[in-house]
Amino acid sequence: MSVIELDGLRKEFTVRVKVGRLRREKRTVTAVDGIDLRVEQGEMLGYIGPNGAGKSTTLKMLTGVLSPSAGQARVCGLRPVADRTRLALRIGVVFGQRSQLWWDLPLGDSFDLLRHLYRVPAADHAARLRRCRDLLDLDAFLDTPVRQLSLGQRMRGELTAALLHGPQVLFLDEPTIGLDVVSKQAVRGFLAELGRAGDTTLVLTTHDLADIERLCARLVVVDHGRVVHDGSIAALHARYGSRRLVVAELDAPLSTPPQPVGAPLHRVEADGRRLVYALESAGVAEVVSALAGLAALRDVSIVEPDIEDVVARLYRSPAPDPRRPS
Amino acid sequence: MGSVTATVAPATSANVTRWFRTFGALSRAGFRRYSTYRQAAVAGVVTNTVFGFLRCAVLLAAAGSGTVGGYDRAQLATFVWVGQGLLAVVLLWGWSDLADRIRTGDVAADLLRPVHPVTSYLATDLGRAGYAALARLLPPVLVGPLFFDVCLPSRWPTVGLFVVSVVTAVVLCFGCRFLVNATAYWWQDARGPLLLWTLGSGVLAGLYFPLRFLPEWLQLVLWCGTPFPSLLQTPLDVLVERDPPAVQVGLVALQLGWAVLVLAACRLVQRRAERRLVVQGG
Repeated sequence: MSVIELDGLRKEFTVRVKVGRLRREKRTVTAVDGIDLRVEQGEMLGYIGPNGAGKSTTLKMLTGVLSPSAGQARVCGLRPVADRTRLALRIGVVFGQRSQLWWDLPLGDSFDLLRHLYRVPAADHAARLRRCRDLLDLDAFLDTPVRQLSLGQRMRGELTAALLHGPQVLFLDEPTIGLDVVSKQAVRGFLAELGRAGDTTLVLTTHDLADIERLCARLVVVDHGRVVHDGSIAALHARYGSRRLVVAELDAPLSTPPQPVGAPLHRVEADGRRLVYALESAGVAEVVSALAGLAALRDVSIVEPDIEDVVARLYRSPAPDPRRPS
Repeated sequence: MGSVTATVAPATSANVTRWFRTFGALSRAGFRRYSTYRQAAVAGVVTNTVFGFLRCAVLLAAAGSGTVGGYDRAQLATFVWVGQGLLAVVLLWGWSDLADRIRTGDVAADLLRPVHPVTSYLATDLGRAGYAALARLLPPVLVGPLFFDVCLPSRWPTVGLFVVSVVTAVVLCFGCRFLVNATAYWWQDARGPLLLWTLGSGVLAGLYFPLRFLPEWLQLVLWCGTPFPSLLQTPLDVLVERDPPAVQVGLVALQLGWAVLVLAACRLVQRRAERRLVVQGG
């Protein structure tokens, strides 16, 4: 059985729109428009989409905070809204833009309170806390009230708070938002470690695609409340034909770029001094050796396809067939 | 406490023990959270004490050398000074935590806990009241008798009844505040209802003047038809022994009835609200 099962999940909101001076009209906005999804135990799923795509709404329905307008959701075999308090014992949630900690309590006291709230045996609590303290360097600010923590420190605290009861599924809604590079690395490293252990299912929504590239084998892209891609990052590149580039710096500009080298010329830069080829069937070595035979090379570099470009294209124009072939 | 959701575990003795442990931990955390704001406590004590002198002077002038509304001078002074302290313990005013969390969407975090929101807010509020009993009730109660003659209970059961009455008033007042704040689930903002609550509760709970000054029929309407007198007037009347023991017990029983009713309403409102909840923000 999958840990998360969504069948035709929908959420509609009614909003009142001003029409004319005094009149207001009711309109229905569809935030989530029929999502089907299966997530297996131990999977690390990246759930991305542009602002307003319905990511957070889906997460709120999966955690039992919002009730769906139609369709079904099951998380750990439970109905999120009807069984919310039971589900709370089995999931952990981190909202990057909200705090789940107690503002006026020291971080350590918040953790202690969570132990009582989730009724965690003292030994289990101590072991999990020790692990988080080691991996996330919490010791320096355990006695500091949460309101005095920096954003990076608070987020490390939030992650710990979400994991102290040993949840089966961890939902992360933009956990690296606003963090500096060092804190981002700490958070990502910690989540990668968690993923390697393999017993926690992780659902991550983010706008930082580096998070996804680093952590998630599977990527689900939603737009206008629908799934427009479900598969690996490599599959996304393949689908959009994004290719690796070979950038060759020449000693002197050439009037006509050397051809054929096994790959089509992508563009010419720096007045003909820099040539960019897009790799297709031929390998890097093949193209570089062909180039070296035709021109004097100063430098060669390989540019990996940029996930942000692909995703930006995806957001702008959803593919005609949105579902995975399987 | 009965549950209205289908997800609560059966009430075995182990579950009940665990429930009390969780409740106790939340209350202790509530005590610690509010005890961090010491300057606010000092400012509150000073304000309440100054107003204690004003109110006491006005009421004693009204009483002259005799009685007014059935209170003698010592009873009036006790009513005022203990009332000034109790005001912060039951926390008649100034609580908008729930409304603020609904407005910002942070209420989502409350819903993600394995504890019913009404239970966790109530436990926290009892912890807060415990701190207020030390930091806010004691100072005016100690200052008042230095300047005015006060009365002490002449019957021992009064002391126990007063303690029960104060705890019930805290629970009831919490319930009322929760309901007022919960209007934000529907209107996104509870400032209007909170303002009405502040105005209404001050007059109808017996803070501005003892409700015994009012005609008897109106007293009956207020006590039986609204929870307001049970918030402040009842514990103070019990303490100053305004009535014979049977009436004292009856007043506290009425208070308990209101507390049960209002808490049940809180759970009902919370359940309704969750069905139509729109969590603000991404």
